[in-house]
Amino acid sequence: MALKNYVLVCGGTGCESSKADEIFQNIKKEIEAHKLQDDVQVIKTGCFGFCEQGPIVKILPEESFYVQVVPEDAKEIVAEHIVKGREVKRLLYVGKDDKRKTDFNKHDIDFYQKQYRIVLRNCGVINPENIDEYIAREGYAALDKVLTSMKPEEVIEEIKKSGLRGRGGAGFPTWMKWDFTKKAEGDVKYIVCNADEGDPGAYMDRSTLEGDPHSVLEAMTIAGFTVGANQGFIYIRAEYPLAIHRLEIAIAQAKEYGLLGKNILGTGFDFDIELRLGAGAFVCGEETALLASIEGKRGMPKPRPPFPAVKGLWEKPTVINNVETYANIAVIILKGGDWFASIGTEKSKGTKVFALTGKVVNSGLIEVPMGITLREIVFDIGGGIKGGKKFKAAQSGGPSGGVITADYLDTPIDYENLAKLGSIMGSGGLIVMDEDDCMVDVAKFYLDFTVDESCGKCAPCRVGGKQLYGLLDKITKGKGEMKDIDNMREISLAMQKASLCQLGGTAPNPVISTLKYFEDEYLEHINEGKCRAGKCKDLMKFEIITDKCVGCTVCARKCPVNAITGEKQKPHVIDQKTCIKCGVCFEACKFKAISRG
Amino acid sequence: MFEKEGTAVKLPDTLLKFIEEWKDKPGNLIMILHQIQEEYGYIPREVAIELSRLIDTPLAKIYGVVTFYHFFKQKKPGKYMISVCMGTACYLKGGEDIILEFERLLGLPVNGITEDGLFSLQAVRCIGCCGLAPVITVNKEVFGKLTKDMLPGIIAKFKGN
Repeated sequence: MALKNYVLVCGGTGCESSKADEIFQNIKKEIEAHKLQDDVQVIKTGCFGFCEQGPIVKILPEESFYVQVVPEDAKEIVAEHIVKGREVKRLLYVGKDDKRKTDFNKHDIDFYQKQYRIVLRNCGVINPENIDEYIAREGYAALDKVLTSMKPEEVIEEIKKSGLRGRGGAGFPTWMKWDFTKKAEGDVKYIVCNADEGDPGAYMDRSTLEGDPHSVLEAMTIAGFTVGANQGFIYIRAEYPLAIHRLEIAIAQAKEYGLLGKNILGTGFDFDIELRLGAGAFVCGEETALLASIEGKRGMPKPRPPFPAVKGLWEKPTVINNVETYANIAVIILKGGDWFASIGTEKSKGTKVFALTGKVVNSGLIEVPMGITLREIVFDIGGGIKGGKKFKAAQSGGPSGGVITADYLDTPIDYENLAKLGSIMGSGGLIVMDEDDCMVDVAKFYLDFTVDESCGKCAPCRVGGKQLYGLLDKITKGKGEMKDIDNMREISLAMQKASLCQLGGTAPNPVISTLKYFEDEYLEHINEGKCRAGKCKDLMKFEIITDKCVGCTVCARKCPVNAITGEKQKPHVIDQKTCIKCGVCFEACKFKAISRG
Repeated sequence: MFEKEGTAVKLPDTLLKFIEEWKDKPGNLIMILHQIQEEYGYIPREVAIELSRLIDTPLAKIYGVVTFYHFFKQKKPGKYMISVCMGTACYLKGGEDIILEFERLLGLPVNGITEDGLFSLQAVRCIGCCGLAPVITVNKEVFGKLTKDMLPGIIAKFKGN
């Protein structure tokens, strides 16, 4: 007999940190208190994506989408919705039109309308800790098809037709990596999954592993069969404990079901997967450095060629793909390469998962078809900019990427167009910035990161990064000179041309890109000693506009260092020597009588 | 000369068992170091020396790895490790102000530890809760959508424990 209701509680890291587990436990207790445990199943799923509104609880079959739930709501949800069949209206998501929404699968909620889910097909749908639920959604059907009815060449052909390209950043055709490794000589070969998601502001891979770990295991096993490997490694960040936990469960369950280990599905094919933990080194996103780290060494990159497909892990031919790339494989096998290639643009097929964050109304994890415009992402899915402020730029590709400005909001997003704009697709971090964000400061933020993460092996990255950072720091402190701009351009070029790996080669990108689109901001910092965003504290000055000040004393009372003085109902004054430029007065003044510049 | 003998330290059985299991696997060092840090909260020098003996690996090689990776710590952290996320989303939403406020409240620089050993403070890379920015973790508990005025409450919560 079918169950009366399914209660899905989001168990992604974001919602978990907002007490999703307590909500889950409370709902289970309430269900038991009403003796409904035989009719209602409570499931903790992977990420729903709509992190801004978390914790999220969804109830089937009504598709009620409850947002910002707290543990105390469990009682009402069960008593009203489950027992009496009445939706708890106050918890339903409120859309832009101020109407309360349900039915997110029926495209009622704007956040989901333009999304297209392939990679995240099971996230927020199944319990990731139960292999049966994955199998019920055609899980391991692709592996079965490959092992029982396909030749390795046919698998590669199907992936070639699909046009799938690496989702880790560079966009290298996946079929070629597999084909090179297959053709490479050697008895022992390896399959590696790069889950060392290091970009600041990106959490696509973590959410995929937390919400649908089997999709990656299945794809790695398919890759193993295709290239002739019997061992796989998932290199995952140690900072992702929940993803590690769920992968461990998934591996154990797959082994128990004979879907991993010896003689998979009785076909005689052996394949095993082990986890290896990263330890916080961004450079390990570079494949040769990642392999060194799996070998237990310092994560230093090596010159290529030889490529890992020929000489990889322990010098053996190795396929390395990232989590999102693998998560596409099973669907391509089942639905066909032609189907996949029908989605997207001419050279970029399928979908892309982005972590949409920053100054956007709806932060969250989104999956969109390639070719969608930035405007659709930021304004339709993201709901626009918070606080009614103005969109300034979106940053893609993290420390290796660049900015996309308002002029290019309508450019279709794919690998080629992003490269043309001076950014990269990257792994999928998409950070929206508004008028309060200073572009020089943003460039400095990224350089600070890459300087810290440089492994130090080659001079262009080790020395060049430090030099670039020094110049940016000088400019944000109001000590910049015009020649600094030329020097930055020259250093950037040297780093791009001469660095050993892509960490150094792409580290100048945030500088080059912001200089290209926001040179006027750099010049303002240098020539006028001004930061229009009000971010660079050394350049900032708060002053009271005498005409507008009514002498309400709010600013004087709020100032943490007592820098503001004045009589009641008379214009106040800020003592510039005492002022620490914290901006409290600026925020507190209701009369807009304080200028920031 | 550094005396390896005489500084011997007794490792817990669970750790010894783990090391034994991994001893002959290629690429074991990082996995073992993770286990040591899980046990002690950092990599104590005497344990690193003992490990060098147990897996027959030069101490210099072990320290080469320990110092390369940010995750491994050489100093004992406080009972409660406050980690302030400095990923891009958190940075744009005021992560730096959160750090400064913690420094002020605890009287600590980043990477410092309070005299009573209760709190230590660090800036960390993106912890992947960008939807909740700005975010901190205290040990494994996550606190999101923070404002400066919430910080004294968080400190008080752990002080009371």
